[in-house]
Amino acid sequence: MTAVTPAPPSTATPAAPADAPPPRRPGGRSRLRAAAGFAFGAALLFAVAPLALSDFRLALLAKYLCVAMVAVGIGIAWGRGGMLTLGQGVFFGLGGYAMAMHLKLADAGPGGMPDFMQLYGQLDELPVWWRPFASPWFALPATVLLPMAVAFGLGSLVFRRRVRGAYFAILSQALAAAMVILLIGQQGTTGGTNGLTDIQGFFGYDLDDPVNQRMVYFIIAGVLLALLALARQLIHSRYGELLVAVRDSEERVRFLGYDPASVKLVAYVVAAGMAGLAGALFVPAVGIISPALIGIVPSIEFVIGVAVGGRATLLGPVLGAVAVAWARTALSERFPGTWTYLQGLLFVVVVAFLPGGLASLWALARRRDADSASRRRGWFPTARRRAERAEVPTA
Amino acid sequence: MSLLWGRRILAGAMTLVAAAAMTACGSKTSDEGGAAGVTADVSGDTVKVGLLNSLSGTMAISEVTVRDSIMLAVEEINAAGGVLGKKIQPVGEDGASDWPTFAEKAEKLISEDRVAAVFGCWTSASRKAVKPVFEKNKALLFYPVQYEGLEQSPYIFYTGATTNQQIVPGLDYLKAQGTKSVYLVGSDYVFPRTANKIIKAYAAANGMTVVGEDYAPLGSTEFGTIVNKVKSSGANAVFNTLNGDSNVAFFKEYKSAGLTAAAMPVVSVSIAEEEVKGIGTQYLEGQLTAWNYYQTTPGAANSKFVAAYKAKYGADKPTSDPMEAAYVSVHLWKAMVEKAGAFDVEKVRGASDGITFDAPEGLVTVDGKTQHIAKTARIGKIGADGLITEVWNSGKPVAPDPYLRTYPWASGLS
Repeated sequence: MTAVTPAPPSTATPAAPADAPPPRRPGGRSRLRAAAGFAFGAALLFAVAPLALSDFRLALLAKYLCVAMVAVGIGIAWGRGGMLTLGQGVFFGLGGYAMAMHLKLADAGPGGMPDFMQLYGQLDELPVWWRPFASPWFALPATVLLPMAVAFGLGSLVFRRRVRGAYFAILSQALAAAMVILLIGQQGTTGGTNGLTDIQGFFGYDLDDPVNQRMVYFIIAGVLLALLALARQLIHSRYGELLVAVRDSEERVRFLGYDPASVKLVAYVVAAGMAGLAGALFVPAVGIISPALIGIVPSIEFVIGVAVGGRATLLGPVLGAVAVAWARTALSERFPGTWTYLQGLLFVVVVAFLPGGLASLWALARRRDADSASRRRGWFPTARRRAERAEVPTA
Repeated sequence: MSLLWGRRILAGAMTLVAAAAMTACGSKTSDEGGAAGVTADVSGDTVKVGLLNSLSGTMAISEVTVRDSIMLAVEEINAAGGVLGKKIQPVGEDGASDWPTFAEKAEKLISEDRVAAVFGCWTSASRKAVKPVFEKNKALLFYPVQYEGLEQSPYIFYTGATTNQQIVPGLDYLKAQGTKSVYLVGSDYVFPRTANKIIKAYAAANGMTVVGEDYAPLGSTEFGTIVNKVKSSGANAVFNTLNGDSNVAFFKEYKSAGLTAAAMPVVSVSIAEEEVKGIGTQYLEGQLTAWNYYQTTPGAANSKFVAAYKAKYGADKPTSDPMEAAYVSVHLWKAMVEKAGAFDVEKVRGASDGITFDAPEGLVTVDGKTQHIAKTARIGKIGADGLITEVWNSGKPVAPDPYLRTYPWASGLS
């Protein structure tokens, strides 16, 4: 078998005369813009939000940012890779449960057992599969690696067999349903529908203390920024181009000699890892992980946030996830009786009138400007428009 | 050059991140009293209380009735001059049948609205989710629904029945009727699973056999298999801990399989008057329920409660046990506050022991130690008119025993 390996794009720049202006590096300006955006985001999350928000609102923001981390992953897998994953709750849950199990064991102290096990399980000793989670050296990596391993296992089976589109969506959703049934059925060892609640400490720090809650928020904000940077690297790499190519025409990429299954697998596994990390950080921020957070409905809600924000962009999923979660809180506080209708209306409006999500508002405004400017100058705008359209997935 | 700038901004941002994270380190778990409780705002001429029920989602049908009856109690108290001269100002939040949302809204009511007490929650999962929030903030929750016991939080008052006031009397009744074998059917969540553990321990000690045990997912409507198993088991009775919509499907299937209340009665612990209306009396006539209150319970206090409720919400609205317990909880809180002479949570808790209230279900007494209340247990039979009539009661209020410590057969349970 002869795999066609396309030549890497030439990175060598022609030698420039010493007195000539430096050549414009491709992507240099966009990198500067990204770094400025990153700094702006950091200032917003680390300076403005903690000063402007009360402890309670800041804790809510921490929760939204966890959802945003899942959204970054979905943005890669769905927006860039075209894999509509309706089961991110599974990975979120794996990360969350891994972290919660460790924190429950840490609360119980050495040799202790979580409170609910005696209540519901009447167990005399810790189940074998709980034991490794007593060690932070196992539990912490597990919050990310466990979801990634599950995604790898599932992905290698599914993508190789060319399961895609609606079939993949259904499969991922079935996984979420199965996981919920499993957790509820094993009440004695998993806490059942209650989930794991009443988490007191976070690596020795008392979670009841508002100062420590603030620390958890800062960690979450930092991790989200790091994930965004990672996602940006990935999207702008050669792999990122390949992923979009697979999304738009898997067959064509296969004819070029690539293996689309591996390309998709990487994106799926990365998204799972991000969801796992989000779940792990959700636990100290909110103090609970339960089947209600990882089943079909929350899994769909993750995707809704991404769709509202704009799935194919870097920031769209984050903004969408935070906006949807914030709207949920704000609407339900203001209109406790009717907020679900308003939320539904919001989704309908966005999907019907802004198929590209909130992020496309920005592109739309820019295009208007560009169009009117070019009309004045008599330029031909279609090329630019076509270039922008490439950002919006076809399927 | 631009690249360099990018890196500098990045490095700056990262330093900021690190610095912010470093400065934000609070008390360790070993420290004493890391968090101070939020004190309720009672400075004005009103006092806020929180109402935390699901107004949307699967639990809304039940929890809205509880909200209505809490509002009735609030209006009654306000009409009579309020609490310590302050009118009650209710702040409502929607728990949305979602446990983490309950925790979020509880925190909001306590720290943003600074309420003096919160009334609400229905499912055990929602109570478990908010419990740490109330304990952390040292705030009060009044929980109005019968539950699986095995809990005693210093910041929760349990005004519904614990197991020895509902399930155990239900089993005593079956035993007295000569029941030798029971089949357990329940929804798959904490209450039924824990209740069934207690039932199995009781059965083992009282010469009953549990011939089968089945769980259906919450909201499930597939009962063909389960009902067939129940039928072929030949059990004397069925103990039903199904919740919500599942009951509709279960009882329809039960009737169509030819099973009757006379031959194989079903004792339900989650079907009250409101649910009877939803399921349809033709399927339920003659079946048994275990509660502490029915709309038909005699007494002047109940006549007044039923009349007031119907006048406010409509003549076709039935009253039920959780609604009554919620109504009672507001009046009990008022009595505690007035005895304490303050809204301060610790003072209210301290004043709680021995508080009595002439409730629609009869006289109830708060047990300060467990923060549960002594209630009369009642077994009822569902009639053709959709109302439940009492066939047995415990004669006097049963003292709460959430951990079943006074029952030798339950020693292995907690």
